[in-house]
Amino acid sequence: MNRIVEVNRLNKTYGSETVIQDVSFTIEENKIYGLLGRNGAGKTTIMHMITAQLFPSGGELKVFGEHPYENNRVLTRMSFIKESQKYPDVFRIADVLDIAADLYPNWDQGFAEQLIEDFRLPVKRRMKKLSRGMLSSVGIIVGLASRAPLTIFDEPYLGLDAVARNLFYERLLEDYAEHPRTVILSTHLIDEVSNMLEHVIVIDNGKILLDEEADSLRGKAFTAVGPAATVRAWAAGKQLIHEEAIGGLMSASVLGNLSAAERREAEAQGIELVPVSLQQLIVHLTSGKTNGKVAELG
Amino acid sequence: MGPIMDDGRPIFIQIAEKIEDDIIAGGLPEESQVPSTNQFASFYQINPATAAKGVNLLVDQGILYKKRGIGMFVASGARETLIEKRKEQFFEQYVITMVQEARKLGITIDQLTDMVRRGDGKQ
Repeated sequence: MNRIVEVNRLNKTYGSETVIQDVSFTIEENKIYGLLGRNGAGKTTIMHMITAQLFPSGGELKVFGEHPYENNRVLTRMSFIKESQKYPDVFRIADVLDIAADLYPNWDQGFAEQLIEDFRLPVKRRMKKLSRGMLSSVGIIVGLASRAPLTIFDEPYLGLDAVARNLFYERLLEDYAEHPRTVILSTHLIDEVSNMLEHVIVIDNGKILLDEEADSLRGKAFTAVGPAATVRAWAAGKQLIHEEAIGGLMSASVLGNLSAAERREAEAQGIELVPVSLQQLIVHLTSGKTNGKVAELG
Repeated sequence: MGPIMDDGRPIFIQIAEKIEDDIIAGGLPEESQVPSTNQFASFYQINPATAAKGVNLLVDQGILYKKRGIGMFVASGARETLIEKRKEQFFEQYVITMVQEARKLGITIDQLTDMVRRGDGKQ
């Protein structure tokens, strides 16, 4: 498997403040990655370093096997779509697409035009007159139609409604199936994208918290609900990531796979078991109460 | 969004089970072609690599086989094999749980057998 991005002990500091600390990971060719984490965790900083918009303070960073800075061989193979993209005031949508067509060697004009229709965009309108959602749609179209070997979407859908987001997911999956490429998707809407991701990297406080295949995270955690004393006894000795109690009832989320026999045993004691979704798992792991519990996951 | 996947289990296993269900129900007859992984990915809105993993699981079990350059097909005898496997799972998942719950409620095995017959009569 080819390595598209290799990050080794990457650091980024601003004065005495460390925002990225000893981060190492690899992005492999033609997979869809989710780069997840809370606001301020360092996701955008990492993406800015990969795309050569920020210098690391320390560590190694290679994209397509080379240093990305002022390196045209690397930069023409990347498409980076970010939430806060600024456009010159006089630009119309058509101008943005023309420039994208010049910039990206794999640009597919037919696909771009089909997407403009799908997202119902007024191509002649000036960028500064567009709604927030329309601006996001333009970014998504550029990101998809550029078919760049490394495509990065950083919270690409501010202002987009559920219908438009769904359209983005559908088009991305369809086009990815026909034209495989490496995609990094950073988002807070984890539940919406979790089925599309092949691999998940979770950043918390500037460090890597999780780096795992998305499918293997399913069924990794369960919430047990039942009478407090029973649940407490059942959860004893297990990796507890979250607990809540109301009246005589208690809910405890624990890490670990359960065998069919273990499930039956729990259910026989009057405990109800519910799987923890990827989003809930990340909320529990990054809410600051479970330090040190994550090592068990790997 | 595609049809909902269960959060508690890996998607590739759920994809394999959906294909198995279709073979058992007769929707995918033996020696017929199975949809491509990209078709599964787009229908269920999942990652194509995950869909491929589900399909390959059934290839490993001899339920599906690959015709070079054409695609995946249902093997002869696949339905029979799957039904045998599902019968074992049925015992594990339903019968044991039912007997357990019956015991909790003080239902004897004789009463339980009667109830099963009565349930059959309501079909």
